[in-house]
Amino acid sequence: MQTHTFKPDLPPPRMSVGVVGWLKANLFSNWFNSLLTVFALYLIWLIVPPLLQWAIIDANWVGSTRADCTKEGACWVFIQQRFGQFMYGFYPTELRWRVDATLWLAIIGMAPLFVPQMPRKAVYGLAFLAIYPFIAWTLLHGGVFGLDVVSTSRWGGLMLTLVIAAVGITGALPLGILLALGRRSNLPAIKVICVTFIEFWRGVPLITVLFMSSVMLPLFLPEGMHFDKLMRALIGVILFQSAYIAEVVRGGLQAIPKGQYEAAAAMGLGYWRMMGLVILPQALKLVIPGIVNVFIALFKDTSLVIIIGLFDLLNSIKQATTDPAWLGMATEGYVFAALIFWIFCFGMSRYSLHLERKLDTGHKR
Amino acid sequence: MQTTANAPRPRGSLLNDPQVRAWAFQIIAVVAVVALGWFLFQNTQANLEKRGIISGFAFLNNSAGFGIAQHLIDYTESDSYARVFLVGLLNTLLVSFIGIVLASILGFLLGVARLSPNWLISKLATVYIEIFRNIPPLLQILFWYFAVFLALPGPRQSLDVGEVFFLNSRGLYMPAPSPSESFGLFAVVLLATIVGIIALGRWAKKRREATGQIFPLLWTSLALIVVIPGLTALVAGNPLVWSVPELTGFNFRGGWVMIPELMALTLALTIYTAAFIAENVRSGIMAVSHGQTEAARSLGLRPGVTLRLVIIPQALRVIIPPLTSQYLNLAKNSSLAAGIGYPDMVSLFAGTVLNQTGQAIEVIAITMSVYLAISISISLLMNWYNKRIALTER
Repeated sequence: MQTHTFKPDLPPPRMSVGVVGWLKANLFSNWFNSLLTVFALYLIWLIVPPLLQWAIIDANWVGSTRADCTKEGACWVFIQQRFGQFMYGFYPTELRWRVDATLWLAIIGMAPLFVPQMPRKAVYGLAFLAIYPFIAWTLLHGGVFGLDVVSTSRWGGLMLTLVIAAVGITGALPLGILLALGRRSNLPAIKVICVTFIEFWRGVPLITVLFMSSVMLPLFLPEGMHFDKLMRALIGVILFQSAYIAEVVRGGLQAIPKGQYEAAAAMGLGYWRMMGLVILPQALKLVIPGIVNVFIALFKDTSLVIIIGLFDLLNSIKQATTDPAWLGMATEGYVFAALIFWIFCFGMSRYSLHLERKLDTGHKR
Repeated sequence: MQTTANAPRPRGSLLNDPQVRAWAFQIIAVVAVVALGWFLFQNTQANLEKRGIISGFAFLNNSAGFGIAQHLIDYTESDSYARVFLVGLLNTLLVSFIGIVLASILGFLLGVARLSPNWLISKLATVYIEIFRNIPPLLQILFWYFAVFLALPGPRQSLDVGEVFFLNSRGLYMPAPSPSESFGLFAVVLLATIVGIIALGRWAKKRREATGQIFPLLWTSLALIVVIPGLTALVAGNPLVWSVPELTGFNFRGGWVMIPELMALTLALTIYTAAFIAENVRSGIMAVSHGQTEAARSLGLRPGVTLRLVIIPQALRVIIPPLTSQYLNLAKNSSLAAGIGYPDMVSLFAGTVLNQTGQAIEVIAITMSVYLAISISISLLMNWYNKRIALTER
């Protein structure tokens, strides 16, 4: 009887595995794709080498004045020299430790919130939110405990940007949640008030809101009541963003099945306890990524305070580029600003994506 | 047997009656809003009186007394504030229109590129999107304006394309067309051709439905629209006269000019919004399930036809609502013009006019109501559209 022995398997064709296989599948699968690849390579060659040349290879890194920038490329000396102003604005140099301390306190205080195993996160978070603003205000503004007063007109740079963004989101979040609840309410009068409020702020650009809060707010206030420029901008930002938060939260409320409301009502919970204990915890969990996205938008929008003359990061840089000692540094300045904004926004958008994946505990396909 | 249906409901405390409570809450809310409004109104009146500002819209007829760098309608310094408003509104609409057209083209290209099977192209599109949507639009506007367009060489050293387009620190100069004597005839012929093509299309569709024969409509109409008006132009002479910009002294004369503010604003808004549109397009295309493509292929449709008749109509249903909100965002972001002094409605009206007249309330109210009118009409349009294209299931 004949026995068959199988020959060993042949290796796959060399053209379909390894680097060559990958190249063939992803870059040169047909003539059109090959053409696109060549075009993309040309585009990269057009952009990347000159950019590297300008930003790194030919750049000037050391020096103290404009005259030290002798090479062709970027003059990063300008950023180095003005770094303090970009970060702190006109905050007195010897008091800048107070800003640093505020930031470190925020980082240390918020760190436990990012630890998944932390118990009683909500209680801790609320306590932090209740106490921290007072510490921050005391440190930044001073006036008590022998700290010198630094008026808000001297705040600036990245610090001001962060202050506006942080206060904006903390103010807008509770207001937005209330508005969302109001919009979903069964009471017609409350619903109409909330819908009008939300649609009004969503319909106008932030610039007009800032114009309004800077020129109209003083007219609205009674005799003797005075808000400084920063406060007026903050009020505008909070009202504006709360409308956007409200729409995000409404999306979460609408996603909660009716059974949850009915179950809560059957348990004998009143409206506020039903919302606070059953609906909102689920709804807010759903919309955390959406809220982070609103926060990213808010962070980008803080740059608009330039229009009403506050010196945030962007305005500090814009002012520095008009300094006669550093003329022609606009590109370096704006590229630096773009880099900082980009790092913050990109980081937050990645975090939001991560949250989305982590919180997506429901229907997975 | 006893029924409880008609038994009187036990009445609890009035405080616990849900209907009474609902009324009470609503009345409290309305009273609070009205009281707040009244409080603000009183303060405003007192403040206005103290500052000696007379409220009302009479100031709109006063002469403005300042020049505007770009006006689409005739404008002189002696014109009224109402005219300034109109000039600003048109400038806003101009930026929004150019921006929307360019951002749509770029955004669709990028969205498709991001889904491309070509690894390099999809990564390039991703990098573009991640870079530009994470940089504030105002920063991008300032960058293009101060770091690029104002840093261009002066008129005498302009960069030019074929001695026809000139780019310098004062703007982009391009030839401007004006109608010649034969323009009327040309326009009539062009119109007639278009009407003819539409009729041809109807006929082709009818024939296809009746006999199944396909008429090469695209190529025929392309040929018609090139050949017939082209022949007219050859016979009757060029329908348009081009005025080419020329360097005289220190500046260019003739032609159209796009001021650097307008260029910076449109470019930045286009680049920024395109990144968002690309994401909308991508999610729209991805929302069409793969089964649709497979079903179309198994029916024997070719890839191009599949795309045109199966994928795109379904993707558009997902794409269009967020796309409109991006358009609205672009229109609202055009108010960032105030950062570089492009004469749009906000910087002209809520900026200059407000400073000159001090009529804060009227000016801001007018400006805001224009934006509100735009957004409300767009959202009404959107609701109507959504209803029209919504899937009709069972």
